[in-house]
Amino acid sequence: MTGTINIDGQNIPFEEGQTIIEAATAAGIYIPHLCHKPGYTPHGSCKLCTVKVNGRNCSACTFPAANGQTVISNNEELQHDRQRITQMLFVEGNHMCPSCEKSGNCQLQGVAYHLNMLDNHFPHFYAHREMDASHPDILIDHNRCIFCNLCVRASKEKDGKNVFAIAGRGINKRLIINSPSGKLKDSDIAVDDCAMHVCPTGALLIKRTGYQVPIGQRIYDHKQISEVALTEETSHGE
Amino acid sequence: MKTFLDAVLAKADYQAVRLLSILREVQSHYQHIPNQAIERLAEALDIPRSQIISVVEFYSFLHLTPQGRYDILVSDSITDHMLDKENLLSYLSSVLKVKTGEVRSDSLVSLNNTSCTGMCDQGPAALINGWAVPRLDRPRIDEIADLIERQAPLDAWPKHLFHVDDNVHKAGLLLGASLDNGAAIQAAFSRGLSETLIELDRSGLRGRGGAGFKTAMKWRFCAEEKSETHYVVCNADEGEPGTFKDRVLLNSYADQVFEGMTLCGAIIGAKHGFLYLRGEYLHLYEKLQTILQQRRDHGLLGSNILGLGLNFDIEICLGAGAYICGEESALIESLEGKPGIPRNRPPYPVTSGYLNKPTVVNNVETFMAAANIAIRGGDWFKGYGTEKSAGSKILSICGDCLNPGIYEYPFGTSIRHILYDCGAEDVLGVQIGGPSGIFISNEELDRQLAFEDLATGGSFIVFNNSRNVLAIAQNFTHFFAHESCGFCTPCRVGTSLMKKQLDKIIDGHGSSGDVTELESLCQLVKNNSHCGLGQTAANPVLSTLQRYPDLYAKQLKSISYEPGFDLDGALEIARRMAHRDDAAAHLSQVED
Repeated sequence: MTGTINIDGQNIPFEEGQTIIEAATAAGIYIPHLCHKPGYTPHGSCKLCTVKVNGRNCSACTFPAANGQTVISNNEELQHDRQRITQMLFVEGNHMCPSCEKSGNCQLQGVAYHLNMLDNHFPHFYAHREMDASHPDILIDHNRCIFCNLCVRASKEKDGKNVFAIAGRGINKRLIINSPSGKLKDSDIAVDDCAMHVCPTGALLIKRTGYQVPIGQRIYDHKQISEVALTEETSHGE
Repeated sequence: MKTFLDAVLAKADYQAVRLLSILREVQSHYQHIPNQAIERLAEALDIPRSQIISVVEFYSFLHLTPQGRYDILVSDSITDHMLDKENLLSYLSSVLKVKTGEVRSDSLVSLNNTSCTGMCDQGPAALINGWAVPRLDRPRIDEIADLIERQAPLDAWPKHLFHVDDNVHKAGLLLGASLDNGAAIQAAFSRGLSETLIELDRSGLRGRGGAGFKTAMKWRFCAEEKSETHYVVCNADEGEPGTFKDRVLLNSYADQVFEGMTLCGAIIGAKHGFLYLRGEYLHLYEKLQTILQQRRDHGLLGSNILGLGLNFDIEICLGAGAYICGEESALIESLEGKPGIPRNRPPYPVTSGYLNKPTVVNNVETFMAAANIAIRGGDWFKGYGTEKSAGSKILSICGDCLNPGIYEYPFGTSIRHILYDCGAEDVLGVQIGGPSGIFISNEELDRQLAFEDLATGGSFIVFNNSRNVLAIAQNFTHFFAHESCGFCTPCRVGTSLMKKQLDKIIDGHGSSGDVTELESLCQLVKNNSHCGLGQTAANPVLSTLQRYPDLYAKQLKSISYEPGFDLDGALEIARRMAHRDDAAAHLSQVED
């Protein structure tokens, strides 16, 4: 089945099996997202890509495009909700952009810029989160994890390793490591794994690379995330 | 440990989909899931250890750290609170010398709260090592404490402690009808299976879990899916606080439910059915297994049922304390041995359900109604109720009324009529459909029980004028924050933010703007959440705020700025560390 869908007044084509976000990206329309990445099984959890399909809220990254759909993505209400959802992610974890080595290359920050987020709006949770610096080449800062599941999917689907999983329930969700000690050093992770190159925030870092590109010369220091997503989505965040 | 685990694994046929039942046995044996068990199970089931940890952390009844040999969970439903639960919990805590949320130092006993256990007509209730103990009072607590201190094994405890009543006060269309075992299957085959589906369609039967999808349509969609394998799932994860009718149906009408499932199996071409029984109803498990065995012995389950060439059997799976598993796709995930996280839809379970095969998931009452319709025909059912809501609804009525229990009414019955029947006086309002439903005030009692007016999965909680609306909304809001699966951002973070914001207002720390903020947060969670839990989690606040705006406004302080945090609350840790609680160790938020 192919045909056209209408996004924000613009008719765009789609191909059989495409989701709304895939059709939109192909047509040069950016829909904000964090847990979605081309080439990965859609997850639908961050809810930033929520659009109205024939009047109903749906995740653009999981909802299949179908002929004749009317999709609204860029209206005041949806953009407002996206900003609030991004703010939720900021207050849930502990995100200190000025001291984070991912600053400027961080998609969470990039999306926040794009949505014109100027404060955190909600009260902070000040969650107690650990760091795992046990691995010689890799660092996990759980303070920055937003549970997008990309490293979980990458390790399972691309690396065939199952190094990561999300455990816990509700606000007590946490990223766990599949190793006897629960530490990264005892897992099968390697720097070249796909899982090491998909984290949209600074939660999963390769050691000794953080400041190779100076702050001010990084991806989102120069470009809107919307532009980056449409042109270089696949290498995004690396 | 290896011998024990190997026996449990063998019983589960080394199937990773049975992980939840395996872990339930390990928990029951060791009072937690030991690390060595995780390693052994991961190896034997060929799944990552992280999957096991995810499952253990997801379900409330599974633990990574040891609980007491007697693990007591007290039901935290609003109805338990209305029956003096808080005082009884303190009493329990003092006689057993264990704090709520802790394990006693000798490891003998642990005590905690748990979400509604479905004993609302006979609360306050507890679960002791998973077994329901209703009607808690001081004498019963003394008796329990004595048994625990004497370390009497649970199966030697007096039976009266575990006695659960049905309390059926008003039987109607379904509860009043009797059905001979096998009659529905026989009738369906005599009429013809496709004609029976037409009859079901004619009946107008809609799903009894609350959502109200047309049953015949669901079965037809599933039957039309081209697949070698189809499944039937009965959703008995009755977790909506205030609901307990499925407990009664399974206790006294289980044959009709199993007959309805078998009928569904025949129509959609399924050979295998599951009854997903909430862990809180462990006390029904053996009884239901016995009934299944009797049905096999009588040729009503198994191969060539009643000589009709039909093959179908039913397996019972116990939950482990997760409200979200009442959502059909989360339930399917749970059946597959995973955390109960709702799936993305489409695809819907009718096309891709259990093990990605076409699956019908229906409520207990729906299967029971279907079995009766197969015998008596669609017109019999359609003769009751309203045009859009055919038949009857079985209600679990509890709260402030003389006779809490089970009542069955034709759709279209007014709330006032129901309140009169159950002996409710001086009514403030009624929570219809549980926390995910709606709170109606005493000015709306002429509204009707119907999908087109007040839909409910069966929960009906009555409040009299002595009750506090904000405390009700608070209990429900806390419930959702506790039960959110955490998959999507708006519900994971939003339900906890709603809890914080409502607590702030109720605790008297709210200032002007805080109620508006609460309302906009509620809308955000409602409109953006992934599944029904998040989409309804704001209902307790939204439906009470709409009806009682003044009650919320009265809580606010007359200051125009919004304090970022609770100044005195922030000193709590310091006070605890310094063992101080004198006046000088407190700060007021604003100069009074």
